[in-house]
Amino acid sequence: MPEPLLEIADLTVSVDGKTILQNINLKVQKNEVVCLFGPNGAGKSTLLFAVLGYPKYHLDSGKIFFKSQEITHLSVDERVRKGIGIAFQHAPGLRGVKLIDLLKLSGNSEKEQEIKTLAKKFKMEAFLNRDVNFGFSGGEIKRSEVLQLAASSPEFMLLDEPDSGVDIENVELLGTEINEMLKGKSGLIITHVGYILNFIKAHRAVVLYEGKIVCEGDPYQILKDIKVKGYKGCLECPKCR
Amino acid sequence: MFRVSKVPVDTYEERLEKARKALDKEPLYGPDVDINQFLLEAAAAEEKEIPLTELPEEYRRQALHAGIITSEEGRSGTFFQQDTKVLCAHGKQEGLEVMSTTRALKKYDWLYDYLWTGVSSDSDKYTAAVALHRTHGYFIRTLPGTKTTFPVQACLFISKKDLVQRVHNIIIAEPGSELHIITGCTTSEDIQSAMHIGISEFFVKEGAKITFTMVHSWNKEVHVRPRTGVIVEEGGTFINNYICLKEVSTLQMYPTVFLRGMGSRARLNSIIYGLGISRFDIGARAVFEAPKTRAEIIARVIADDASEIISRGNMIGLSKDVKGHLECHGLILSDYGRIVAIPELDAKQKDLELSHEAAVGKLAEEQILYLMSRGLTADQATSLLVRGFLNVDIEGLPPALEEETKRLMEIEYSDLL
Repeated sequence: MPEPLLEIADLTVSVDGKTILQNINLKVQKNEVVCLFGPNGAGKSTLLFAVLGYPKYHLDSGKIFFKSQEITHLSVDERVRKGIGIAFQHAPGLRGVKLIDLLKLSGNSEKEQEIKTLAKKFKMEAFLNRDVNFGFSGGEIKRSEVLQLAASSPEFMLLDEPDSGVDIENVELLGTEINEMLKGKSGLIITHVGYILNFIKAHRAVVLYEGKIVCEGDPYQILKDIKVKGYKGCLECPKCR
Repeated sequence: MFRVSKVPVDTYEERLEKARKALDKEPLYGPDVDINQFLLEAAAAEEKEIPLTELPEEYRRQALHAGIITSEEGRSGTFFQQDTKVLCAHGKQEGLEVMSTTRALKKYDWLYDYLWTGVSSDSDKYTAAVALHRTHGYFIRTLPGTKTTFPVQACLFISKKDLVQRVHNIIIAEPGSELHIITGCTTSEDIQSAMHIGISEFFVKEGAKITFTMVHSWNKEVHVRPRTGVIVEEGGTFINNYICLKEVSTLQMYPTVFLRGMGSRARLNSIIYGLGISRFDIGARAVFEAPKTRAEIIARVIADDASEIISRGNMIGLSKDVKGHLECHGLILSDYGRIVAIPELDAKQKDLELSHEAAVGKLAEEQILYLMSRGLTADQATSLLVRGFLNVDIEGLPPALEEETKRLMEIEYSDLL
């Protein structure tokens, strides 16, 4: 087995003194796309924030490795510069910071024409000279987030519910683009309804329940089972017990 | 012959007499600075103009920071005053007049009807000092229908230690004209102590427009007391942008716009970055004297280090069907800084709409982390957010001037961040 791109080892995470994740072990290989399923409050977004190094998410124990190097004590920007990127579920509006300026700073190209071409793919051309996420609708924020991720094209992509609050037409657009972005890369995707998986080739899924990984397997099969039996079905599943 | 629309009730002599009685009058706001501790030098005689390109290198560099282009490219006129001496004053466009106030008063008798009608000569001891011992200042005027293609640039420069510069500026846009001005006030780098008192009276006539962008680039030992009054007549527009991102000792001002004519409009933007132990007491006031008048007063202030900023705003509604909005957003970047926001609305009519919004806080950690998740360091993220916070979209500026304002902000930012 080759060295994983991302390795989460025995991770326990708390927020404001309350334990959210317990003893999480997860490996994501190069060129592997893993889905993260789980009910509301299971700790899915917490796991993404912990990987990214948000200070509010306190690591009580465990380690995180990226490309075989421990990154547990690195700051958010240092982790990002090593090749991790994220599209947030909820993103703050940045008054006075134009989207195009942020793309120039954080993306791989400062060339305006290249940025415009990329933005066009996400139907975000008209938003380039607007303040980042400021006054954007829920769907526009999702397109802005994935556009920013596409502009930096990191080796490992964290995607937090890229399809929630997005209309059917734009889920297809986002799903198709994300699938393209993930070619030759790795990713960890949170999705609730799973509709976006119609457009993304995922290799594996894990189910988080009450802060623990309770199931692992084929993403499409697990999604199908969840739709029939709900998350409690995962707990009863003989394979997982 | 050009006249003020409303002939003043008192004579010029009477206004001077009022000033004499106010020589010891304490200012209403801001620290009380003793003018007599400074060098009270008389106005120097005007001689042959000196091209800006022949100024000493250091002066040119400082002037550039205050928005002055020494080649005069992209400028329709220039005024440059060093201490009490006018070095350069000329307009390059027909229908535009640029000269010292001293020269203008000699040329036009009628100008005395304007003097001290936008600002009262007895407001405090600073106005009184200028009324009685003026050391030039500029007179800029557009004749009826003239539209300046490029802005006029004006610079008030202090190079002499301990000097008090007492200037009186008069700006008139005659009916239907459009005048854009960029003015920079600065000192030479080695100035240890000085004072600047600048009276500015603006007259925006019927259907005329003035945009006025002022950059203050002082240093930490300079006391600054601008006194500004603006009279806007029917259908006129006044847009003011004030930028100060440099350290200063004390700066107090409270410009007042009188929206005298029906449908007249004003917008005043202030962008202040407090550094060191700077003390700012800045405000803006709009008086709605006629129906259908509109005004917006926007302030973005940042208190860093141990600076203190008092940000005032005042709207007085005297007429019906008027609309005004006052906004002050403050950001504190240091535990030793202080911001006081004092918005005031004074409505004296039932059919009007005045509103205000004030918010003071720190940079949101969520925003810094968001930018760090895009690969920016914490310092880069903070800089970008601070820059964004100060970035006020200014409506009503012609595209060339909008670009110019952005360029000026970039020059200022480059030193700051």
